[in-house]
Amino acid sequence: MSLAAESTSGSARSLRLTALTKEFATFTAVRSLDLEVPAGTFFALLGPSGCGKTTTLRMVAGLDTPTSGTIHLGQDEITYQKPYRRPVNTVFQNYALFPHLNIHDNVAFGLRRRGVKDVDRQVQEMLALVELEAQARKKPTQMSGGQQQRVALARALINRPEVLLLDEPLGALDLKLRRGMQIELKRIQTEVGLTFVHVTHDQEEAMTMADTIAVMNGGVIEQMGSPAELYENPRTTFVANFLGQTNLMPGTVAGADSDVVRVDMHGTQVSIPADRAHTREGSGWVGIRPEKVLLAPEGEPIDAPGNHMTGGVITDVSFVGVSTQYLVRMPWGQELMAFEQNTGRRAVLAHGTKVDVSWRPEFAFLLPATQDVNAGAVEEA
Amino acid sequence: MTGRKLTGYWLILPAALWLGLFFAIPFYSLLANSLYDPEGSVLTGYHVSYRFANFADAIRDSGPELWRSLWYAGLATAICLVLGYVLAYAIAFKAGKWRNLMLVLVIAPFFTSFLVRTLSWKLILADDGFIVDTLRFVHILGEDGRLLATPVAVIAGLVYNFLPFMVLPLYASLEKIDGRLVEAAGDLYASPLRGFLKVTLPLSMPGVVAGTLLTFIPAAGDYINAQLLGSPNQRMVGNVIQDLYTDTGDFAAAGALSVTLMVIIVAAVLVYIRRAGTEELL
Ligand SMILES: Nc1ncnc2c1ncn2[C@@H]1O[C@H](COP(=O)(O)OP(=O)(O)OP(=O)(O)O)[C@@H](O)[C@H]1O
Ligand SMILES: [Mg+2]
Repeated sequence: MSLAAESTSGSARSLRLTALTKEFATFTAVRSLDLEVPAGTFFALLGPSGCGKTTTLRMVAGLDTPTSGTIHLGQDEITYQKPYRRPVNTVFQNYALFPHLNIHDNVAFGLRRRGVKDVDRQVQEMLALVELEAQARKKPTQMSGGQQQRVALARALINRPEVLLLDEPLGALDLKLRRGMQIELKRIQTEVGLTFVHVTHDQEEAMTMADTIAVMNGGVIEQMGSPAELYENPRTTFVANFLGQTNLMPGTVAGADSDVVRVDMHGTQVSIPADRAHTREGSGWVGIRPEKVLLAPEGEPIDAPGNHMTGGVITDVSFVGVSTQYLVRMPWGQELMAFEQNTGRRAVLAHGTKVDVSWRPEFAFLLPATQDVNAGAVEEA
Repeated sequence: MTGRKLTGYWLILPAALWLGLFFAIPFYSLLANSLYDPEGSVLTGYHVSYRFANFADAIRDSGPELWRSLWYAGLATAICLVLGYVLAYAIAFKAGKWRNLMLVLVIAPFFTSFLVRTLSWKLILADDGFIVDTLRFVHILGEDGRLLATPVAVIAGLVYNFLPFMVLPLYASLEKIDGRLVEAAGDLYASPLRGFLKVTLPLSMPGVVAGTLLTFIPAAGDYINAQLLGSPNQRMVGNVIQDLYTDTGDFAAAGALSVTLMVIIVAAVLVYIRRAGTEELL
């Protein structure tokens, strides 16, 4: 691919939002947002519908003026710079293709406005990249939703902006095309070294593509970090539930030192590493991911020192080929999820089997009980 | 034939009858008029003699008025387009909560008759009126300069009377434009002016074409403005046709001139629509 060699942007600059706020008449869509996207990284903004993702992108693109706060590209403040002067392009959520122009002219639009030479060759290359060479003379209305989305992508990408904003660019694609485009996008991003800010509802998409994910909710960023960090050590129940599935069990802090926090859960003491304990007193939610939960028939040994609970009963078994998903009712009535790889080490446990449950302490996390245990869970359904 | 198809015919019927009665028959009679023997009179009666020379005569005798009509109508249409586009744009994108009020104001003139409104222009532009006084005072008009009975008055009258026909279709097509497209143009390095020229204007072309046609066609055939606001030097083809029909009773010449005007306009419209690339309007 020759894309990398042709990148027009000079030294890449990082994008920094500081205390960015957007209020509409009666409603605060984005609330004092701080984030930094290092140059050349793939940044995903993940969150449920209406949490302010599009509004944030629009402010970066210059289509909405922030109520307060600043936007910097490297050292330069661009908070109030006109959109057509910003080295930023957007793939719009609704595509916003020009209906009076054919696909070729849509894609050429940005280059022509900047008076670039050899527009035709670049457009052809770009259309080849999104596999639409044959459709160059069609009008947008003559194309399927997925094709339009690829045109929108090509139209923004061809300008090689310093920051490319993608507002759910893959939403309308079927699964196969979507996976294909995800790989393609990621490849383009790495090769060209552009900064991508990618908005999505889809946590799997965010996790597989992004270097950094910011989980947004109700106009604020709940947590930001690498996909693994967010998944393994969520700081809020919202993040824990929104990214994958999780078991949150009530407990009370029984003691804490510099390394671990000990929590009493219905008479059993479990320990949680201090850096994963996001409260150190009172009651809280002990979180453990279903695939980290280990099961064994009652009385048989399990390899998980410290966090061992007895008295579970299997109430549901779903065999999904690569793994088996269990629901285990604990003595206090809560049903825990446990995913077990079908390694064949042990037969699948039957419904009604009495089991002991355990997990390695380093995988558990502790969240304050003041947080809503169901936050972020509904969207995942 | 299926019942569904029949329904279609029933629905067309009232309009077809109406058009047959009030368009096809008069049109046929107009065509017949244009081919009358010019020797005919109210006393001797008229008969169709297929005298195609009527057309040559009409063009020869009324060439200046014909030419003037197209010229005045064209100029009035151009002025309407500029004024109307700005107004329609403002109503569609900038008026906010005033939008409906402004639309009502655009059509408000229709609540009084065309004739009365044009007569009141006669007062406004009168020699001792305030506009002429002011223009004389600032020396735009000479000591005894006037507006009434000049091309300015006739064209101003045409612009005034036909402006709503320009504004409404322009508004309709501007209002349909998705503002997000203009935003996308801005995102793709188009300054507001560029965005307008490359996105808004092309997308409003159907309105431009419809508005200019709705203005130009009736303006070219108009005779009220020339009659009330002009002098014999501003006579338009409509005035000639009216005279030929009602005063002179020269049905052959009147018919031939009418048909000529019609042919010119239809031809001009076809060429125009081709050029504007909006064949789908037809
Ligand atoms: N122009 C506006 N006026 C008033 N409220 C607005 C406006 N634009 C957006 N909002 C509100 O701001 C909130 C955030 O909107 P935004 O479009 O940023 O959501 P989003 O995270 O992109 O959602 P989705 O995933 O559904 O696209 C929403 O509650 C929305 O109703
Ligand atoms: Mg959105």
